[in-house]
Amino acid sequence: MDQLSIAAGESTHAVRQRLGERLFGAATLVAAGLVLALLGGVTLALFVGAWPALSHFRFGFLTREIWNPVTSQFGALAPIYGTVVTSLIAMLIAVPVSFGVAIFLTELSPSWLKRPVGVAIELLAAVPSIIFGIWGLFVLAPILQQSVQPWLIAHLGVLPSIGGLFRGPPFGIGVLTAALVLAIMVLPFISSVMRDVFETVPDVLKESGYGLGATTWEVVWHVVVPYSRAGILGGVMLGLGRALGETMAVTFVIGNAHRISSSLLAPGTTISASIANEFTEAVGELYTSSLIALGVLLFLITFSVIAAARFMLLRLERRALSTV
Amino acid sequence: MRRSLVRKLTNIVALALSTVATLIGLTCLGAILWTLLRSGLAGVSTQLFTHMTPPPGSAGGGLLNAIFGSLAVTAIGIALGAPIGILAGTYLAEYGRDSSLASVTRFVNDVLLSAPSIIVGLFVYEVVVVPMGHFSAIAGALALAVIAIPVTVRTTEDMLRLVPQGLKDASTALGAYPWRTITSVVYPAARSGIVTGLLLAIARVSGETAPLLFTALNNQFWSSNLAAPIANLPVVIFQFAMSPYQEWQQLAWSGALLITLAILLLSIVARVVVSALQPTGRAG
Repeated sequence: MDQLSIAAGESTHAVRQRLGERLFGAATLVAAGLVLALLGGVTLALFVGAWPALSHFRFGFLTREIWNPVTSQFGALAPIYGTVVTSLIAMLIAVPVSFGVAIFLTELSPSWLKRPVGVAIELLAAVPSIIFGIWGLFVLAPILQQSVQPWLIAHLGVLPSIGGLFRGPPFGIGVLTAALVLAIMVLPFISSVMRDVFETVPDVLKESGYGLGATTWEVVWHVVVPYSRAGILGGVMLGLGRALGETMAVTFVIGNAHRISSSLLAPGTTISASIANEFTEAVGELYTSSLIALGVLLFLITFSVIAAARFMLLRLERRALSTV
Repeated sequence: MRRSLVRKLTNIVALALSTVATLIGLTCLGAILWTLLRSGLAGVSTQLFTHMTPPPGSAGGGLLNAIFGSLAVTAIGIALGAPIGILAGTYLAEYGRDSSLASVTRFVNDVLLSAPSIIVGLFVYEVVVVPMGHFSAIAGALALAVIAIPVTVRTTEDMLRLVPQGLKDASTALGAYPWRTITSVVYPAARSGIVTGLLLAIARVSGETAPLLFTALNNQFWSSNLAAPIANLPVVIFQFAMSPYQEWQQLAWSGALLITLAILLLSIVARVVVSALQPTGRAG
């Protein structure tokens, strides 16, 4: 082999390497761009699909309770109300419980118990939502109907102001049942975020609390919580985002009634449950389009909640990086 | 004296409540698994894996077409979504890093990661089902791919970042271009991490019901035609559980047991792989 051909061989090798670099770099860039395009595509497709309904009903779509496929009159007020109420009640239950779980995992649990309990709670998050749905319908709803709801009606239903929330027959399924199932579903999400942010609290801070003679609870409340406030809020918002958009579990247990009842025991509907139940059976452009318009509303609501949550968690991550 | 007693009592009550909260969480998991085992095992037989879904009200039948459909749709969905997710994750970890495009992509990916899956179903309906004119297996697979992408992007980026800089520097010092370093050094070093990400993506995707409702729909018969509606476990569970027929409800429970066991198994295997990685990676 003479000098020249070696040089030539090397140069084709170098050309191949450079070409590979170009192609591979471009491929990763395109893939990243595709992730961005997905969000754009979802937004665009939903708005296009919802346009007939939105232009037909205009703002009335948001403020009217009527939902009548026969006369083609559609308003989103009942699903919006159901979505907001079920999610809020779910958060009222899930946030304190998740807080307790996170405290247990970071401050209380002996180290041999930490991992199994943590994994068990995370496995609860891996259970598909449809399983929560059939469990809620066949196990939780009968229990609520036979024992919990009659008690609520007899004891809370007679109270003057909040009594209205607990009146009417015990259906088993309904707004309260859906909220309970949602609470169980978002519990693992909130508690694992809380656990992670609690673990970022520097030991020095906690130890100085203990050094001053503080009890475990005082260290948690006066040191850990203030330090991780943004993270806690981020975790709660992330859970709220889940609860607002959850579909299958709610569809099973909410009863699918397009009306707003004052009682939490009555059947209702949510945005996602309406879509899941009616979409394949919807006939006519306006009906389908109204359901997609519901999807647009859900998208806007959850997008803003999730974006706010991610923003808060992102800030926290940066702070954690800068203190390390 | 009194003050310290109050403080001690508050402490005990608060910590007791926290333990109770943990017990509540564990009880929920236990109750769900117990119900699944009790109601699902009753219907598990060889027939479950060898027969098609039965017509309403008739005894017998199994879930063969639904199991096949679920496997097919999930496999295609992962095959479409995973390469995109891995490449995008590679961009974030190696090429983009702290650039503004990477930051925006990371943020958008995190938002997609927690977006409601029913929205994905509507999106694919608008983009694939409407132009095709009918529901199809491929539309279902695309919906699952859209859900799998953010999961893979996230885990791939996290795992690639665990690869020690020294390894990459050594490769660069030998004169390798970044793409050579990534494909010959970084990927092999992060292989089990990437596999974990894929397992988690499969676990996440295979229980999804909402995005399949109006993409893959359902099919009472055996179908391997990608352009036609296909049976799949989640939608069959949904329809059968909501039906008034005893036999259908039993099949729904058995299907629910199968799918949950498969997903929990995948999640546990993924965790074991991660903890085997732990010494070289970060703790916790």
